[in-house]
Amino acid sequence: MSPKGQVYLFAALFILLGLGLTAYKSLMLHFPLLPDSERTVWDIEAKLSFETRGTPLTVSLALPEKQQQFKILDEIFASAGYGFAIEENHQRRAIWTRRDVSGSQTLYYKFKITERADAQELSSQDLPETVIPPTWSSAEEVAARSLINSATDLSSDATSFTQQLLQMLTDAQLSQDAQLLFESSRGESIGELAIKILNAADIPARMVRGIYLENRVYNQRAEELIEIYNGKEWVFFNPYTAQRGIPSNFFMWQRGGQSLLDVVGGYNSRVRFSVIGNDISAKAVALQEAENQTAALVDFNIYSLPLDKQNTFKSLLLVPIGALVVVIFRVLIGIKTSGTFMPVLIALAFIQTTLTAGVLILLSLVAAGLWIRSYLSKLDLLMVSRLAAVLITVVILMAGFSVLSYKLGLDQVLTITFFPMIIIAWTIERMSIIWEEDGPREVVKQGGGSLVVAIIAYLLMTNDFIEHLTYNFPEVLLIELGIIMILGQYTGYRLTELKRFRFLIE
Amino acid sequence: MKLLETFRKLDRKGILGMNARNVAYIARYNERKLYPLVDDKLKTKEAARKHNIKVPELFGVIRYTAELNDLGDLLDPLTGFAVKPLRGSGGKGIIIISGRDGQNFLKPSGKVVTLKDIRHDISNILSGVYSLGGRPDTAIIESLIRGRPDLLKYSFEGLPDIRVIVFRGFPIMAMMRCPTAKSDGKANLHQGAVGVGLDICTGKAIRAVQRDVLVERHPDTGVDFSDLAIPDWDEILQLSAKCYDMTGLGYIGCDFVLDEYRGPMILELNARPGLAVQIANGIGLRTRLEAIEKLGNVDLHADERVAYVLEKFGVLSAKQA
Repeated sequence: MSPKGQVYLFAALFILLGLGLTAYKSLMLHFPLLPDSERTVWDIEAKLSFETRGTPLTVSLALPEKQQQFKILDEIFASAGYGFAIEENHQRRAIWTRRDVSGSQTLYYKFKITERADAQELSSQDLPETVIPPTWSSAEEVAARSLINSATDLSSDATSFTQQLLQMLTDAQLSQDAQLLFESSRGESIGELAIKILNAADIPARMVRGIYLENRVYNQRAEELIEIYNGKEWVFFNPYTAQRGIPSNFFMWQRGGQSLLDVVGGYNSRVRFSVIGNDISAKAVALQEAENQTAALVDFNIYSLPLDKQNTFKSLLLVPIGALVVVIFRVLIGIKTSGTFMPVLIALAFIQTTLTAGVLILLSLVAAGLWIRSYLSKLDLLMVSRLAAVLITVVILMAGFSVLSYKLGLDQVLTITFFPMIIIAWTIERMSIIWEEDGPREVVKQGGGSLVVAIIAYLLMTNDFIEHLTYNFPEVLLIELGIIMILGQYTGYRLTELKRFRFLIE
Repeated sequence: MKLLETFRKLDRKGILGMNARNVAYIARYNERKLYPLVDDKLKTKEAARKHNIKVPELFGVIRYTAELNDLGDLLDPLTGFAVKPLRGSGGKGIIIISGRDGQNFLKPSGKVVTLKDIRHDISNILSGVYSLGGRPDTAIIESLIRGRPDLLKYSFEGLPDIRVIVFRGFPIMAMMRCPTAKSDGKANLHQGAVGVGLDICTGKAIRAVQRDVLVERHPDTGVDFSDLAIPDWDEILQLSAKCYDMTGLGYIGCDFVLDEYRGPMILELNARPGLAVQIANGIGLRTRLEAIEKLGNVDLHADERVAYVLEKFGVLSAKQA
């Protein structure tokens, strides 16, 4: 096969493979092709406070369980000075331990959650344990029976029974029976009382604790829901409103079972919650979500790297985009750049410095460098020494710019260190030779060409869609490779040649 | 789509673009391993000597900075010479000395330079300022070419040279490059030198162009280009054809100068010749390149190739193309 045929064969192969993998990931693995809109990430903080008198201390906090509506992205346990472990028996619990401490203590558990994109109805398959009827005094027994009877009369099954019962307990005009029960069970919440009555009626019921996700809520107590088993499934109720179902912004922390917080060796313990909602780009969320993915394509992916390494790769994956821009500009448009891929490196630096600041810094750096270089050229230095001298000049300029701008309060200029100094020194050297040989016009032409290409590469490399695509679909690299190979076979005119040779057809 | 129309018109006219030159001709017909033969002027000289092709005389070679100490002795007997970087391109780093002022040297512009100045320039060459990728280079000192007065009048300060594009041994297009004040005495068209298209069969001027504008007279000397006819044209065609046998490179540009006493000489060869020759001639290269390609792998002697060109590519056939 001719070299040309091979190029097209491989290019087509690469492009098809890239497109295929992208389509597979998008259609089968539900990776979003477009960087979708922002998603709310809730920062939740549980603050545990208690006092202790220097006895050995064990603090145990129930942790939120895996659930279908929300996804836990990130957990932090702030526990300086404490031993820490996570227990995963029946329920996930965080255990802090310490031998000898006294006074008031505070521990924090922080995490981030976001709503799942593919949220499903919560369904619980676990069967209830046998109901243990509560122990009442005889007066309570009579009052409870009376409530149970009226609720039974007004209902047809366990679900509607619960509904009726909760309405009786939350009615503005409480019945005498209900009043009596509330008074004798001092300190119990409506939910706790309702569960006792339900159990007395032989209906399996349990407590659900959680928090409402509202922005900027501080020191909130754990809120309660109750759930009952109606013979087929678990049904949720809000005991305070008698409403059925889980409120949409309710984040479930703990279902049934034990206490939320146990402190052995301390007293006056309490948990308070703070909630802050942040709108964060869906990509950042997807990034954290992806850690839980198990598909092979994802497993052998950049996501499996540590977070800081991922960031490195993020910029690495953008480099080919820059290279593609350079190829297009040189092959199709015909703009001269100084140093083949220098514009890509400059564009990478722009990403750190932002465009305006970056261009200004670069121009002043090169201008100052050229000015000093013009003096160096009079000094009869050998080239390597002169180049090294220019390099040191660049370093001094960078340091000078940083310090000066910092004093002036221009923090932006501190990002100057992201400019690749060797490349800049080399650029200054080349530009100064072009200046001597071909005059300042050529310097402006080539320098300007490089800058234009760098800016366009920067604009593409910071484009949300492209950033999203290259990072989440590294297969796109194959497509880029294919396109570049095909461009390498392009023998047509460059755009600038149309102008150059136009003279010939007039 | 005006652009598309321009594109099509250029294509119909057989204009060769940079991409096509790189992919279809340089990459295909110029073997990489043969490049040193044209990039290294010492190797070019050696090969030219073997093939009986005249080149400027070599006075000296300076490889190391230490050798600069003896530069005075080397230059002392010389009145006119040229210092060039061995692997330089595009005329960069060339120093021309056309006379003496006692111990000092004179540039063609009349500017006086000292031995120290020349040492500095040579040390620049040695450190690789003008070579590709900044590799350390060598400086060579050659005899100065004394241009023919009948050609010098077409030039300002520098020497006009003749560029012949040779494809697989067939000289297919030629131009003369005349330095001007604008080009600072250099024969580079993009710096403002005048390019004069030459009829490949006769060596007579077709037209003259300076920076995309047709000119009739040299902007500085005022001499009319239409009378221009290169002397010894047959010899130039012969030498061009032989350069292919000498280098094996299929697509080259041969730069000639005509010495007043020694006749046409090869100044340098270029394995990546530019496309400006098309502008100077007003003719596209591709038509002629394709005509040669159609011949297939014929093994012709240099004389036969020249004969073929004389028959096919006269100014008449050019006008048809």
